[in-house]
Amino acid sequence: MCGICGCGEGHVHLDEHEHSHEHDHNHTHSHGAVHSHAPGLSQVRMVQIEQDILAKNNQYAHENRRHFSEHGLLVLNLVSSPGSGKTTLLTETILRLKDEIGIAVIEGDQQTARDAERILSTGVQAIQINTGKGCHLDAHRVGHALEKLQLQDHSVLFIENVGNLVCPSAFDLGEAHKVVVLSITEGEDKPIKYPDMFHAADLMILNKTDLLPHLDFNVEECIQYAKQVNPRIKILSLSAKTGEGMDNWLAWLKAELQLQLIAYA
Amino acid sequence: MHEMSLCEGILQTLEQQAEVQDYQKVRTVWLEIGALAGVEVEALRFSFDVVMEGSLAEGATLEVISVPGQAWCMPCGINVPVEQLYDPCPHCGSHQLQVNGGDQMRIKELEVE
Repeated sequence: MCGICGCGEGHVHLDEHEHSHEHDHNHTHSHGAVHSHAPGLSQVRMVQIEQDILAKNNQYAHENRRHFSEHGLLVLNLVSSPGSGKTTLLTETILRLKDEIGIAVIEGDQQTARDAERILSTGVQAIQINTGKGCHLDAHRVGHALEKLQLQDHSVLFIENVGNLVCPSAFDLGEAHKVVVLSITEGEDKPIKYPDMFHAADLMILNKTDLLPHLDFNVEECIQYAKQVNPRIKILSLSAKTGEGMDNWLAWLKAELQLQLIAYA
Repeated sequence: MHEMSLCEGILQTLEQQAEVQDYQKVRTVWLEIGALAGVEVEALRFSFDVVMEGSLAEGATLEVISVPGQAWCMPCGINVPVEQLYDPCPHCGSHQLQVNGGDQMRIKELEVE
């Protein structure tokens, strides 16, 4: 259990390094002191709280975001159902960009370090977070993973979330954008079946377009569903496997990285 | 199952507030949950009892205040009620809607002793 924030980080498994508990987060954790009190003296009263249930996560997300902005980091939270091709999209992206841009990856999965190993084989830094029974990454765990990465300023950090179209939508990690990856083998109605995720994302990537000739996937209908749920969502179609459409995605990434370098007042 | 994490978040807040507001036990928790918050209230109730076990809120009653979804319709220029994120505007049928209510999940108040 982490002595500073009381985070019980024992079940967060990180590869590469021995686990260390040093960090510079400024958070305190109370353990709800139990005071003894004389029977008969207890007084029932009302207490106004008015606090967001996700306030704690949002506070960590805010700290992460401040750190990202201070270092000009473009941070993208990749979300999707399992098997949409997020890791392949990442490895193909890294191979095309790693000579120009600093890149690192935080991998979230329930178990195994397989995805981090795939990323490490491309030659960039990767850290695996195993969520165990958990269904999503939260800002606190991402903050700890960050301490293990040596990121140059003006790099791109991809956070590959746990494959799950439901829970990760609610948790802000401090990212610039949630990017939802939808592979065409999943069917065109996913955006309305899992509206929270498509509502929370700024970009939707339609992946595995090389399979279009073999399936009945209706691209137009899928785009229409996504825009119903989120009129502002941008959509890119590509095949990470054949490389078709990858140029658009790389151009989007570079443009977004440029935007991070603008120091707003 | 992220309702479990939400309940853990609630418990953290209750423990933190116990020191600030000086109480030893929580009897009732009122939550405000929006229709568009992506929270399954039944799952939340189930997780609440499990997570609060052995804490200062063991056996506490959970009261959920539902807040209807609302969005700003850009073509109509008015607030309209929505039940789902993919609902069209009930007046003009447009999907150019900006959610501006009913997406909250807040701890509203507590009954404590």
